[in-house]
Order: sequence, then structure tokens, then C-alpha cells
Amino acid sequence: MPLVGPSLLLSAILFSIGVAGVLIRRNAIVIFMCVELMLNAVNLTFVALSQAYGLSGQIFVFFVMTVAAAEAAVGLAIILAIFRHHKSVDLTNINLLRG
Amino acid sequence: MHLTIALILGLPLLGFLLNGALALRQPSAKTVVSLIGPGVLLASFGLALKLFLDLSALWEGSPDAAQIVTLWSWLPVGSLQIDFAFQLDQLSMVMLLVVTGVGSLIHLFSVGYMKSDDGYARYFAYLNLFIAFMLVLVLGASFPMMFIGWEGVGLCSYLLIGFWFTEKANADAGKKAFIVNRIGDFGFLVAMFLIWQAFGSLNYQDVFSRATEVLPAGGAVVTAITLFLFLGCTGKSAQIPLYTWLPDAMAGPTPVSALIHAATMVTAGVYLVARSNVLFALAPTSQTVVAGVGALTALFAATIGLRQYDIKKVLAYSTVSQLGYMFLGVGTGAITAGIFHLVTHAFFKALLFLGSGSVIHAMHHAYHATHSHEDAQDMRNMGGLRKYMPVTAMLMIVATLAIAGIPPFSGFFSKDEILAFAFGRGEHQPIFRLYWAMGATAALLTAFYMARLIAMTFFGENRTGAREREQLHEAPWIMTGPLLVLGILSIAGGWLNLPEFAHGLGATERLHHWLEPITAMGAHVSEGLGTLAVLPEGRTETALIALAIAIAALGLFLGMTVTLKSRPVRAHDALPEQGFWKLLYNKYYVDELYDRYIVQPLIGFSRVVLWKSIDQGVIDEGGVNGAAGLSRALGWIGSRMQSGQIGVYMVLFVVGAVYVLGMVAWR
Repeated sequence: MPLVGPSLLLSAILFSIGVAGVLIRRNAIVIFMCVELMLNAVNLTFVALSQAYGLSGQIFVFFVMTVAAAEAAVGLAIILAIFRHHKSVDLTNINLLRG
Repeated sequence: MHLTIALILGLPLLGFLLNGALALRQPSAKTVVSLIGPGVLLASFGLALKLFLDLSALWEGSPDAAQIVTLWSWLPVGSLQIDFAFQLDQLSMVMLLVVTGVGSLIHLFSVGYMKSDDGYARYFAYLNLFIAFMLVLVLGASFPMMFIGWEGVGLCSYLLIGFWFTEKANADAGKKAFIVNRIGDFGFLVAMFLIWQAFGSLNYQDVFSRATEVLPAGGAVVTAITLFLFLGCTGKSAQIPLYTWLPDAMAGPTPVSALIHAATMVTAGVYLVARSNVLFALAPTSQTVVAGVGALTALFAATIGLRQYDIKKVLAYSTVSQLGYMFLGVGTGAITAGIFHLVTHAFFKALLFLGSGSVIHAMHHAYHATHSHEDAQDMRNMGGLRKYMPVTAMLMIVATLAIAGIPPFSGFFSKDEILAFAFGRGEHQPIFRLYWAMGATAALLTAFYMARLIAMTFFGENRTGAREREQLHEAPWIMTGPLLVLGILSIAGGWLNLPEFAHGLGATERLHHWLEPITAMGAHVSEGLGTLAVLPEGRTETALIALAIAIAALGLFLGMTVTLKSRPVRAHDALPEQGFWKLLYNKYYVDELYDRYIVQPLIGFSRVVLWKSIDQGVIDEGGVNGAAGLSRALGWIGSRMQSGQIGVYMVLFVVGAVYVLGMVAWR
């Protein structure tokens, strides 16, 4: 079972980078890319663990990719709409839900 | 039996429904209303007569066989079982006949009296409803059943006093009657609670048959029960201190005054005391209070009657005074005498009221025809009316002789019996001698003010006005007919219960023997306690009778001569009252005193404490607005957490997710 341990470690690092990016960055595009990074980190975990638990993990990766593609389509469209409205994609400006 | 009782009660109720429907849909259908209104009552009276004949044959053999007619179970709550049941015994039979009989006559009179009123159908609807409730009151087999009737007649009284409600004074009078009666009803309710606590039952038969075992004679409980019952009576039967509503109740149509505020409803309190005579016999203190209040009311109201000018007001105070006599009777323990006076009073006072109605009708017609705005009820505007309405005048004089106590008219026998019993009881309880003296004085005043009424109305010269005089005429036969019947009853009513000394006139003490099954137990209790009132005998009796007749004759003579000599002037020419007369004319300012010391403080208290402080301060500010403010404050705190910054939400989301995962991992 080579590389499972390093692969999981890599995916953990990638996921943490994604989380940190989502929490820290303000640019919507960057946050969006960080979300993609988190998804792919999860994908890597699936692939790595499929060596131990069978192919179902790899099949699940396709589902994640499909959902990610759909999410990208919707998410980018929303960001585009936000940009047209605010002339910016800085999320600190978008606080319409403030109580 | 079931069917007859249901019909006697149901027919007036049916009349109410039909007339009520007509009042709403077809108020102009007066002919139909004239048939339904008195028709249902005459049918009820017929059935009551049939029942009387059947049952008197039965009671001939077994006098204690009270008939209980249970229609359905009304309040089955645990050990509290109250049936919708009626009790027919000798006492309720007397009341049944009086209510339906006198009621029928007054209904017939109303056909003529109310002929041109727009609310004709409504009037008969109320009147029929009143009779239905009055019958429930006198026929009910338990205290709660009586209470239904008690409240129902109060409602009808309110509706009929304020019958011409477009005038504020009339509506206010109705309200006053209703509210003052509420105070009395409170007493009745408390008494019922106490009876329930002591007996575990509210049925007459349970309570009265076990009264002597359950309640110690003269004990606090029975005294409290009877005094609270009597508080109810002071409201309904217009005794001191709650009598003030009855004179104001004259705002209603005159036949209403005759039916409700003279003959039937106001006597309900007397009926209640007579019905509960066992309880009252067990509480001699309460008896003294009842008789004392009765005697005081009789005297007090009679003095006010001396100086009233409104013909109906005189009769109203006369009614209060006569009700006082009845309470003096039942309070003394002379139940039969009290009920006897109730019956004879129903005859002659209904006659007086209907007669005054006939007079007012003529006066009103005369003033209406000439577009005059004089007061049609003020006796100062009458005078010499016997030339224009001889039948009414003659019958009114008959009723006056009856109420004044001239033998052999009915009032003499009943009033004399009450006073004789009070005198007799005075042998052991001297205070009853005082009550007797008050009653005898009131008798003098009664004769005086009644003679004054007759003199001002029917004798002397006419003061109506030259043009109006030509319009005065006798009432139609539909009005004089019932008057004639009542006149005969006022003369003959005494034969119901002739005293021993009058045995030459016919069978004596018939009502006494008739009511014996009801009164025997109370009399037995009183005998044991040494408080039984017995009639004086021998020379004392003769002296009392002579005195009573002398008092009545003197009162009548003085009333006639003084009034005619004083030469009354028309109302708008009259000088203001002076001195003591002013005090009497203004009814001792009792209404003003009540207003100043009870009503206004109550209104002030309600306004400042109940309304401004409790309702507006506590309920509105604290409760309603407080709840709203609390919600708003909590919402404000919640909304502060919503910064709108997506970053903050995401931090919270991550922290939450980590926390949950951590819990799963290191559980």
C-alpha cells in the first residue's frame, strides 16, 4: 500500500489551505477557487483510500467533479452578477443581510 | 302532567318566539300579535285552572303529594345533580294562578293600551317571555331553577322598563333596575353556595325535609343563608336599601308596571321567603331582620308616597310599601298572611296601575290631540276625571278602598292579618310590637296618599285645560273589561282567607288550610323555638280590628278633605315645595345620597384604579405592550449577531463543523 499516507497528508494540507483561503481572502473569485481546492483535496482522499476500500471511492470522485462543475457554473454566474451590480467582487462590501 | 306543565310554560315561550319573529319581520301585523300575545296566556291560564281542579282533588286526600315533573337532567356534575324539574304544590299553584290569571288580564288591557305603538309586536314578545320566566321562577323545583326565572324576569324587566329606549331617562331606568338587582342576585348566589355546602343538594324537597337535622336552630350558617337569601329579596322585591330602582321603573309602559312591578315579579322575594319558611323559622334573627326591614320599608315608602305628583310614582311607592307589609308578614312567620296579601295586592294594585294607565291613556290622547306638551302623568293636571271616565273612576275607588283596608274589601283582610300576627308575636318579642306600630302608621299613610290620589285625579274641578277637556273620554272595552274583572277580584279576594271573626261571611281560613303542607314544618320549628306568631284573641282582637278600620277611615277622610281643600293647581303654575314636603317630594334625597356616596366613589375608583391603573397601567402597559417590548428587545439582540459579513458566517460555520467533527472523533 504505497503512498496512502503521504497522499492523505497532502490532501489534508490542500484542504487546510482551501479553508484558510475561504476564511481569509476577500475576493470572491479567490474564495471560489479555494472551495474548488477543498473539493479536490477531498477527491484525493477518496482516490487514496480506494486502494484500501475498493473502487467505489473512485466512482464517487466523478460525482464530486460533476457537482463541482455545476457549482462552478452557478457560482461564477452569481459572482458575475455581483460584479455587474457592485463593480467589485470584494465580499466585504456585500452585507445586505446585516441585521 | 308532563305535557300540561310543558304547555303552560311552553305556550308563553312560543308566543315570545312568534311575536319576536313578527317584531323583526312584520311589525305592522298587529292583528296577529293581538291574537297570539294574550291568546297563549289565556290558554296557559286555562290549563293552569284544569291542573288546579285535578290537583286539588288529589290533595284533598294526600296534601303532602307535591308533584315533581322532571323534564331533563340539566347540570349533572359529580354529586351536584340539578334536574330541569318543576314542583307543583299548593304554594306554586297559588303563584301559577296569580301569574297566569292577572297576567292574562294585563295582556288583554295592553291590546288597547299599546294599540298605536310602533313596537307593538316587540312589546308582546317581551311580555310573553316575562310570563315564561316568571312561571319558571314559581314552578322550579330547586334553587337554581328558581334562579333561572329570577334572572330571566330581571332581563324582561330591564327590556320593558327601557321599552321606549330612545329617551335616555328610560334607558337609564332600565339599567338602574338591572344593576341594583345584580346586587341582590349576588346575595341569592351566595345563599345557594352556602345551602349546597350544608346540604349537598339544592332541591327544595331535599333541603327543606332535612333542614332541621342539618342546621342547628339559630346557628350562624342558617342565619347567614337566610340573610343572604333576603339580600336577594331586597333587590328583586324593592326593599330598603335596594328599593330605589322600582320608582324609576315606572318609565316603562303602564301595563308593564302593573304586571311586573306590582303584581308578579316584585313579589318573587316574598315567594322565596315563603318557600324557604323552614330555613327562616330556624333563624329567628333573620326573621326579625326580614320583618323589621319590611315594616321600615312599609312606613318609609308610604311617607314618600304622600308628596308625589306623578300618578305612577305614587303607586310605585305604594307598591314598595305594600311589599314591605308582605315581608313583615313572612318575616313574622305568618307565611299564609304574606302570601294572602301578595294575592290580594296583585288584584288591587294591578287594578290601580291599569286604572292609572287608563287615565294616562286618556290624558295623553287629549294632550296629543291638541299638541300640548303638558305632563300626562302629573295629577296636578287632572282633577274631576270621574265625569269623563266613570267606569275607571269607580274601579279605582274600589281598589283604593281595598288597599286602604276598608272591610269587606280584600286588602282589609290580608293587611289586618299581617298586622295582627305581628302584634301577636310581640307578646314574646317586644320589637314586633314596634313593627306593628310602624305597620299601623303606614296603613294610615297608605289610606291618606291613596285618597289624595283619588281626590286629585277624579274629584275637584278639572285642570286639564279647556280645549283638552273636550278630548277626554273613557277607555275602550278591551281596557275597561280587565279592569272590571280585577275590580270584582279586589272586592272578593278577601274570601280566599276569611279570618275567624268573619265566619258569618263564608268558609274561613281557606288559604291557610290550603298552604298548610308548605307552612306546617316552619310553624312546627317556630313552635319549638317559642317564636311562633299567634293571632291575638278576644278583646285584643276586637280592639285591633276596630283600630285598623278607624285608621283606614281616618286616613281616607283626611286624604280627601285635605287634598280637596288645598285646591291643587296645574303643574306649571305650582309653587316649589317647601320644608318637610320638599324632603318628601325629593324622596329623602336617597338617590342623591346613593349617587354621592356609592355610585360616584365607585365610578371614581373604577376610573382611577381599575381603568387608569390596572387596565391601562398593568394590563395594557405591562402585559400587552410589555410582551411586545420583550419580543422586540430579544429580536434586537438576535439581529446584532447578523453582521451580513459572509466571512463571519463562514468562520462560525467552520468552527461549528470542527466542533461537531471533534465531538464525533473524541466522543
